[in-house]
Amino acid sequence: MAWQNLPNWTWQRMFKETTALLGFGLALAAQPALAQDAKRLAHMVKQDCGSCHGLTMKGGLGLPLTPEALEGKPAEVLATIILDGIPGTAMPRWRPLLTEDEALWMANYLKRGMTR
Amino acid sequence: MINRRCLLASAALLASATATASAATMASGTATGGLGLVVERATGSLLLVDRVRRTALGRIDGMGDLSHASLTYSPDERFAYVFGRDGGLTKVDMVERRIAGRVVQAGNSIGGAISDDGKLVAVSNYEPGGVRVFDAESLEMIQDIPASAKTIGLADLPGRRFIWALWDSGEVWIADFSGPAMALTKLGDVGRNPFDGVVTDDGSTYLVGLFGEKGVTAIDLWETPPKPVRFLKDYGKPSEDLPVYKMPHLQGWAFTGGQFVLPAVGAHELLWVERATLEETSRTAVHGQAVFIIAQPASPYVWVNFAPPGNDTVQVVDSRTRKVVKTLQPGPAVLHMEFAPRGAEVWVSVRDANLIQVYDTRSFEKLAEIPAESPSGIFFTARAHRNGL
Repeated sequence: MAWQNLPNWTWQRMFKETTALLGFGLALAAQPALAQDAKRLAHMVKQDCGSCHGLTMKGGLGLPLTPEALEGKPAEVLATIILDGIPGTAMPRWRPLLTEDEALWMANYLKRGMTR
Repeated sequence: MINRRCLLASAALLASATATASAATMASGTATGGLGLVVERATGSLLLVDRVRRTALGRIDGMGDLSHASLTYSPDERFAYVFGRDGGLTKVDMVERRIAGRVVQAGNSIGGAISDDGKLVAVSNYEPGGVRVFDAESLEMIQDIPASAKTIGLADLPGRRFIWALWDSGEVWIADFSGPAMALTKLGDVGRNPFDGVVTDDGSTYLVGLFGEKGVTAIDLWETPPKPVRFLKDYGKPSEDLPVYKMPHLQGWAFTGGQFVLPAVGAHELLWVERATLEETSRTAVHGQAVFIIAQPASPYVWVNFAPPGNDTVQVVDSRTRKVVKTLQPGPAVLHMEFAPRGAEVWVSVRDANLIQVYDTRSFEKLAEIPAESPSGIFFTARAHRNGL
């Protein structure tokens, strides 16, 4: 399965639901307040996202999450996927463990190729 | 004359003593029965450990991306075959402590198995999907079995056979290498998104866990032809599911006292199933989403670790009462547990503490700590003699 193969309703829902989040995320500038938060979130991306997507994000049971694979996907949409998961797939909702700005930080971090 | 004879005799004695000493040195350097390898996933290295002396002996680098790595051993415990996430198949010499061969055989792989005669090594791949089979000696590919799906749950069966399932299509296949040409058989459809498969310790049953729908599928491998039977069809409801932050692994699925104990998917429970009838008998509430459930050898106990955020904890459950009898907190990110073959101690990898911890299984006393770089899987050479790994 590739990104473009996600059912249409998934993308439509993602875009619809992220409209509200977009303003919210911009307001917070998606930066964790402390360097320690960034370190913790980067560790979580590598280890916990990496369990399915690979430590280098080249994919595994989950899709690749390299900057190339995420090109054209707005960070806000990705943040929504992180928070709410993708129903019917193995992608879980991380909302119980992450705030919205933390998810947005992760999305941008992935899009930058896991560099600060 | 006597003197000379005496001299000759002592020379012979000396020579024989030297030979014995050198044989002894050789022997102490080559015994592998107490050794193991620990995957250091961040650095792509393996830590060679001596479980008898509870110590690390050295590190072997150059294994590539080991983010989801497993390995299997040759029947003589001399070589390990390491299956890396980047598609690398690496043959490691346990005696000379070096890489003996390496091929990058696919883009993205997930696991492997060795045939019962030790001659064939099979690797299961995500990208491109399918199974590839290699000569264990030379690492030359001898069979490519492509599939348009991710391969999971690859295991060896007696008689130079391998079994696996496909995540995307829900099919189970067997490849038989006992004849001059490979015979490939589809065993049927087991359900939506099988996430792992495992062969029971007696080799009678292949159990397949499903992620895309509720239930578990059992295939009786002693039947001709084997056919899939679904059980636990109605546990949980999708709308009530808790998020699963790490896929359970079935390689540890415990078989103990006439029962299976399985991880509920999307619930913080263990499920107990009567082996003979495949009926669920009870559940045990546990600390989190179970990842590995491993039977402590020669005991009624199973040990369980968990997905994030509960992954700092290990619980011990008594299979007779099905109650948690001990909760340990080894530290941040417990990824794996490996028992000494007779069960006296267990090695636990604690990734974010960069430690392996060794516990006495009777007193739960911590016996040792061994530094390791982000350790994940622990594999003792005794695995060489077990089927279905």
